[in-house]
Amino acid sequence: MRVIRTEEIIQQIKEMCIEANYQLASDVESRVRGAFLKETSVLGRQILGQLSENLDIASADFIPICQDTGMAIVFIKIGQNVHIEGLNLEEAINEGIRQGYEEGYLRKSVVKDPFIRINTKDNTPGIIHYDIVPGDQIEITVAPKGFGSENMSRVYMLKPSDGIEGVKQAVLETVKLAGPNACPPIVVGIGIGGSFEKCALLAKKALTRNMNQPSDQEHIRTLEEDLLFEINELGIGPGGLGGKTTALGVNIETYPTHIAGLPVAINICCHVNRHVTRVI
Amino acid sequence: MDQYITTPLTTQKVEELRAGDYVYLSGIIYTARDAAHQRMYETMEEGGSIPIDLKNNIIYYLGPTPEKENQVIGSAGPTTSSRMDKYTPLLLDSGLKGMIGKGKRNQAVIDAMIKNKAVYFAAVGGAGALLSKRIKASKVIAYDDLGTEAIRELFVEDFPVIVVIDSEGNNLYEIVMQSS
Repeated sequence: MRVIRTEEIIQQIKEMCIEANYQLASDVESRVRGAFLKETSVLGRQILGQLSENLDIASADFIPICQDTGMAIVFIKIGQNVHIEGLNLEEAINEGIRQGYEEGYLRKSVVKDPFIRINTKDNTPGIIHYDIVPGDQIEITVAPKGFGSENMSRVYMLKPSDGIEGVKQAVLETVKLAGPNACPPIVVGIGIGGSFEKCALLAKKALTRNMNQPSDQEHIRTLEEDLLFEINELGIGPGGLGGKTTALGVNIETYPTHIAGLPVAINICCHVNRHVTRVI
Repeated sequence: MDQYITTPLTTQKVEELRAGDYVYLSGIIYTARDAAHQRMYETMEEGGSIPIDLKNNIIYYLGPTPEKENQVIGSAGPTTSSRMDKYTPLLLDSGLKGMIGKGKRNQAVIDAMIKNKAVYFAAVGGAGALLSKRIKASKVIAYDDLGTEAIRELFVEDFPVIVVIDSEGNNLYEIVMQSS
């Protein structure tokens, strides 16, 4: 049994909220910068150049990469040999978010009720996903999610007979409908299988995976590659103003599903795909 | 074509702009996003007066991050415009001449733009740090209780935007998709 105090969790989450909003993960950053070299549209190149310059300014002058510093999505994997002491864990996670968004000069974008839309003024509560895993460590991923792209995400309950072609059509339709609204170039997180809510959670998790580590299942890896190619053939381009760079990457996560179903969730993220992971 | 424009706009200035033009804006512009639009709209529907003079002015769909002590404003990129569509025709009919945001607009907005000779610009989404550098002054002038969604008066210099929908209704998003 290992004891972890909630003060440690608060401190780590605070730092991760700030880090995620000022510095992109290296896989995302290198794809944004790499796209500039490959893009052939004049306006597209101009926009990708601005995005690279934006990343430089964000880290040099300590300004958040995007003004939508997101709703804080937290994945927390708790080793079953860990004993947590201090605050209630959920309070501790939200305290970390509160401190991070305040001390990091991040925007408070959460309202307390979907209809009574009063800002909670500290960006809490976060969206917390708990997993119990073997071991004596806690792994935390903080992924601040902007809603320009979140709003363009979709869930489809396809039929088994729709197969891979049906999934492709659903993804391409979603990306086309998103068009300029989701701030392309985008990253596409896809969850396939499970149930209605499981595929959505898988899609969100897929966004936190390093884009340089494709799926370890061959048929899924092929689907990731095919979809990235086909999305970039749509011509939406940077800012939705035309070009080859519509998506920077496609990550897919799968799960066993029911004999009657083929659930698919497409979670779209803009090029500011933020995620930081730490282990305590 | 690159154009340098000083605010306030005029019908003549707007009519010279074409979808696809790259424009550098200088002068005063105002910020408003979801909550401020709803409040202005409801006030106008009830016959009340709103805190900004819309005539020939530009609204930027922006909710910035908090500024630090040495900064004019925090990160300051555009939010998705379509959420403002419900409120926009009334604002255009009341003199609003330009909007800065990102993403598609509905037909009612485009019709009101043609009728009132207005222009819709896009700024680059997700370039909030870069765009903040072109904002030289910022002050909250109304709806302070809305926090990031308050109405701000900004003074911008060579603020980079692209004409997406011009006063004749030409739409760059559609033009690029038709040609691809």
